[in-house]
Amino acid sequence: MLQWLPENVSTFGGEIDSLFYLIYYITAATFVLVTVLMVLFLVMYREQPGRRATYTHGNTSLEIIWTIIPAAILIVLSFMSVSTWAKVKRHAPDSDFELQVAAKQFNWDVVYPGADGKFGTDDDVKFDNDLHVPVNKVVRVQLSSKDVIHSFFLPNLRLKQDAVPGRTILVWFEATKPGRYELPCAELCGFGHSGMKGWLYVHTPEEYAKWAGENLAAKAQ
Amino acid sequence: MSDTAAAGAAHAAHGHHEELGFLRTYVFSTDHKMIGRQFLFLGLFMLLIGGLLAMMIRWELAWPETAVPGLKFIPEPYMYGGIIPPNTYNALFTMHATIMIFFVVMPIMVGSFGNFLIPLMIGTRDMAFPKLNMFSFWVGAVAGVVMLASFFVAGGPAASGWTGYATLSAKAQYTGVDWGQNLWIISLLILGVSSLMGSINYITTIINMRAPGMAYFRMPLTVWSLFITAILLLLALPVLTAALAMLLFDRTLGTSFFLPEGGGEPLLWQHMFWFFGHPEVYILVLPAMGVTSDLLSTFSRKPIFGYHAMAFSMIAIAFLSWTVWGHHMFVSGMNPLLGTAFMMTTMVIAVPSAIKVFNWLGTLWGGSIRLTSPMLFALGFVSNFLIGGLSGIFMASTPVDIFIHDTYYIVAHFHYVVAGIIFALFAAVYYWFPKMFGRMMNEKLGKIHFVLTFIFFNGVFFPMHFLGVAGHMRRIYNPTQYEFLMPMQHWNVFITVSALILGASQIFFLFNFFWSLFAGKKAERNPWQANTLEWVAPTPTPHGNFEVQPVVYRGPYEYSSPEVKEDWLPQDKNLGTGAAARAH
Repeated sequence: MLQWLPENVSTFGGEIDSLFYLIYYITAATFVLVTVLMVLFLVMYREQPGRRATYTHGNTSLEIIWTIIPAAILIVLSFMSVSTWAKVKRHAPDSDFELQVAAKQFNWDVVYPGADGKFGTDDDVKFDNDLHVPVNKVVRVQLSSKDVIHSFFLPNLRLKQDAVPGRTILVWFEATKPGRYELPCAELCGFGHSGMKGWLYVHTPEEYAKWAGENLAAKAQ
Repeated sequence: MSDTAAAGAAHAAHGHHEELGFLRTYVFSTDHKMIGRQFLFLGLFMLLIGGLLAMMIRWELAWPETAVPGLKFIPEPYMYGGIIPPNTYNALFTMHATIMIFFVVMPIMVGSFGNFLIPLMIGTRDMAFPKLNMFSFWVGAVAGVVMLASFFVAGGPAASGWTGYATLSAKAQYTGVDWGQNLWIISLLILGVSSLMGSINYITTIINMRAPGMAYFRMPLTVWSLFITAILLLLALPVLTAALAMLLFDRTLGTSFFLPEGGGEPLLWQHMFWFFGHPEVYILVLPAMGVTSDLLSTFSRKPIFGYHAMAFSMIAIAFLSWTVWGHHMFVSGMNPLLGTAFMMTTMVIAVPSAIKVFNWLGTLWGGSIRLTSPMLFALGFVSNFLIGGLSGIFMASTPVDIFIHDTYYIVAHFHYVVAGIIFALFAAVYYWFPKMFGRMMNEKLGKIHFVLTFIFFNGVFFPMHFLGVAGHMRRIYNPTQYEFLMPMQHWNVFITVSALILGASQIFFLFNFFWSLFAGKKAERNPWQANTLEWVAPTPTPHGNFEVQPVVYRGPYEYSSPEVKEDWLPQDKNLGTGAAARAH
């Protein structure tokens, strides 16, 4: 089933995927165990003439065992999840590469700070729906929304964050492979929700410099 | 309550019942059994509508922007020659979920079986407040009419999802839906009143009107589940009511509870909605667990495995259900530190659910299993709940949820849990039909219905996990607009074909239900040889229920007890061992 995961091109995506795999193996094993036992019991203990059901109200030690084992597994799983979660959502690394993305019905408004590195100045450069970033570089995005809740979803980077009107939320990613990756909106945002998407272009440093020279510097003048 | 007085009253009520006119007997009835039947018919009618909406959703996803056969008559702008436009599509899934949750599962599992079974199973003549009970149904029916009326107002019905997230739901301009959304809010406000009346009635009845000897820990798990559900309803619904009222004010009076431009906070809606919404999930699923426990025990001819653990795990689920709402909001912009806390509580709530599944397995072990239609459907519920429970662990883990949140992985998960309840619902209908309507349903048709439903239910919902793994978003109108989803489109076709067959398979149920209603084999008093008190009452059960007040001597699951030759031992059977004296 997990072969359908989109190719991961994010620095933290690997950690998310290994948790995904781990939970997949644990749950698949549990599913097979319970299902096999259930089918086995249905066959073994089907009604047969002359046989009477076992009269028992339970077994305390057995019940304690099957309470403690899942509890232990689940607690371990949550502790294993804490550090990855903190890395992705709580501790965005510093970077000199920062963008603003403002969602609106039904577009991503992308803003580059221009030559002065500051937002809200005259040399800001705006694009509709397209993000261009260099590979192996921490990208920080100030995410906001102008109307309803949208969700910034980069499947290949294992990143998703709702854009909420009235607040600015910082998200970050670092792409590990150049390419063109889809950026759909993942939260219902109105009749144009389906089809609200952009593209993330991850460039090699040389390509990015070329693109920035043509688009950021040129437009700023 | 005094035995003889109750028995006398039962006979008096029975005698009186004959004099009631058609209106008082079938329409404005105060008999809990008639009200139970009314809720059942309301729920089944809405199930038909909710199911047809699902078929339209599936058609669009498999063959986007093509004409749905047979729907050319729907006028523009709602449909264009049978083609579903995006806003109608949003309305379809909004109304599908709203109807299925509030007007199918709640009326049937809580309204119908709660009403029908609680007085019978605890051995009393009616609910504590019969008139309140009647109002509860009719207020609920009005809510249903208002919800259906929203299909016919200008702009169409609500289109902001059953979760109605602000700000999308808070301003008409964002969806283009004006009165449709208002009626959606008003209908749910009215339904809240109905549920409150019902839950107060259930709680009072169970606390005060149990038959002599019916200690709390001699109640069937169905009654336990309905008791806990009623308490959850009583506490959760006012929160939804408050949130809905605020939303209605934002829409109509110009307030800004959820609108940031007036100083409001969109996330407040999500907190309030899910503070109600997560207990709501357990309101839906607990009665299904109770019914399943009773049926598994009855048809395994074996006591339920770990009765106390089963009751306490439901209590634990009920308590914990108040502490997990934030797991719906991991990527909402809520403080990520809170996400960590909600992950912990969510992992914990999986434990009592696991206990239930293992105890069901323990009940089957060593049994003498009769695979009747109700038993097959109860087993189907266990299988679905197992898958839905396990898939929940993925999204409980916050990092994994970053990827699968708002994808079809979630859709698969909650359909295995909530749509899986339909198996317990069918199990309950097949099982209690003889007591409800005095006739048996056809077993052969029931089994065909089960096999088809089980296969195609899984055909519909299992591949949704695959779509979710590929990143397929929920609530999108046309998956072929996305390059990364194109390789998965054949699964959408597969799911839709399965869904159409699943829908068509329900004809076996409808035919069996209505045919048996009039022409089924006459049911004996206790056709399943079950222990609980509803089978002690005569069939058909008169107004007032029991011929004599039953006295309870033991728990509900004494199957294959060494004390008697038969493999069942009814709760009210006096073996002369003085057990009744010990009960109090």
